[in-house]
Amino acid sequence: MNLSVNIAGVEFKNPVTVASGTFGSGAEYGDFVDLSKLGAVTTKGVANIPWAGNPTPRIAETYGGMMNAVGLQNPGIDVFCKRDIPFLQQQNASIIVNVCGKSEKDYVEVVERLADEDVALLEINVSCPNVKEGGIAFGQDPKALEQITKAVKAKAKQPIVMKLSPNVTDITEMARAAEAGGADALSLINTLTGMKIDIHRRSFAVANKTGGVSGPAIKPIAVRMVYQVANAVKLPLIGMGGIMNYEDAIEFMMAGATMVSVGTANFHNPCVTLEIIEGMKKFMEEKGIEDINEIIGCVK
Amino acid sequence: MSGVKMTAKVRSQEKLASDIYSLVLHAPEIATASKPGQFVSLYSKNGANLLPRPISICEFDTENGTVRLVYRVVGKGTDEFSKLKEGDKIDVMGPLGNGFTLKDKKAILIGGGIGIPPMVELAKWLDCEKSIVLGFRDETFLLDDLEPSGEVYIASEDGKHGVQGNVLDAIREYEIEGDIIYACGPTPMLRAIKEYAIANGIEAQISMEEKMACGIGACLACVCKSKDVDHHTNVNNKRICKDGPVFDAQEVEF
Repeated sequence: MNLSVNIAGVEFKNPVTVASGTFGSGAEYGDFVDLSKLGAVTTKGVANIPWAGNPTPRIAETYGGMMNAVGLQNPGIDVFCKRDIPFLQQQNASIIVNVCGKSEKDYVEVVERLADEDVALLEINVSCPNVKEGGIAFGQDPKALEQITKAVKAKAKQPIVMKLSPNVTDITEMARAAEAGGADALSLINTLTGMKIDIHRRSFAVANKTGGVSGPAIKPIAVRMVYQVANAVKLPLIGMGGIMNYEDAIEFMMAGATMVSVGTANFHNPCVTLEIIEGMKKFMEEKGIEDINEIIGCVK
Repeated sequence: MSGVKMTAKVRSQEKLASDIYSLVLHAPEIATASKPGQFVSLYSKNGANLLPRPISICEFDTENGTVRLVYRVVGKGTDEFSKLKEGDKIDVMGPLGNGFTLKDKKAILIGGGIGIPPMVELAKWLDCEKSIVLGFRDETFLLDDLEPSGEVYIASEDGKHGVQGNVLDAIREYEIEGDIIYACGPTPMLRAIKEYAIANGIEAQISMEEKMACGIGACLACVCKSKDVDHHTNVNNKRICKDGPVFDAQEVEF
């Protein structure tokens, strides 16, 4: 039975990674999960310098999901390279680094800093809804997205994965822009911008007023977008949005994703990623699937 | 280590006041690893309530392998927990967080509202002169559990029990003195205690609260501003779930 998949020439032992921001750099989850068993660990967004993030409250539960406005708090690339990459290497984990920035220069600086590091893929976060500058500003305008993709691609030593926002009218337009800019792969979807009001306090549930909604409540939207993008571009996709179990993961792959990221579900069950991998194996056995690649985009 | 996640069996559930419940779980792995001031994450069975609920540990009994949680029903998750009966099962992760650092100094234990429960185990562990100051909205609870451990002083908002006002009003009224404060309660209370401790030149350990998602220090939802740069993300934010929930009052800004 083969579970290994390939994204832009990089082989992963299975298709399951984690969604950036839900897993830190893996250290905290290492108590629950053997990180080497994951297809890859996708790390929390890292910028050129430390970011303090947004005021609290930063999260709120929503029906079948949650809303977050953490604001990309991160230690900056120096600490990340000194501490988090060596830790993940020691755990024999394959590493996908999520890169964030406020300007083209910021993104390029981080990517250049990672050139000599043992990193499988760079995921470029141009879709965070919770920071004012950068982030989503690049992810909602096809011209800006193509430009930042070009700029990052020109300096990156590893394949780049552009992470798309669902907060657009036509996600295939954004996917094509990233492809035109030279992206090696795409990941989708980032969170959907939402709002929750605390009716007892007459205030917003998160201090940022709006936040990114994730979890199983948004899964059908994510599956639809993965399907649309898979049929619009030739690039391999990392699909995510509300994956709770192996059935959800398989669904994303059948819609066209080569890999899948598990996010919010980690909060509900810290061991969920390994359970999903085991579930996939069982599914393949039951259905007589020899190679997981057979099912990628099999539903047309 | 971030504690263990396990399925625990409910030993008992008791209603202590209008919306306050006491839940005893059989969770030997958690009971043996616990310290006063730590908390657990309780998981709802309803898939619509995805996030675990952080609940402070009121007491633990290593001999019987039990953990007692006293909590207030504030929403759908805690409402579901309040309906658990003996023999039911529930997923729980813990113990989480750092807990109080016990010092051999004349102590004032302060609990406000649903911040009172962790004082029960702490009071048993502190083998020193101590005063216990409790603040209630109206109804009292856990008095019988705390009275054997030390002198208990009460304040209530409506004045029905003890001094009318808050815990600091009680401290002034009864002229309570100590060299260290251990406190858990609502943020305005903790803020006032921090000021009181600074004004009186005494140490204060305070247990903070914030909305949490992962409970183990990964998601960065439950941070508070800290005086020093934190080791984790290199800014001035401590994670309440992992670096706390108990902090030296002077270490955090809120």
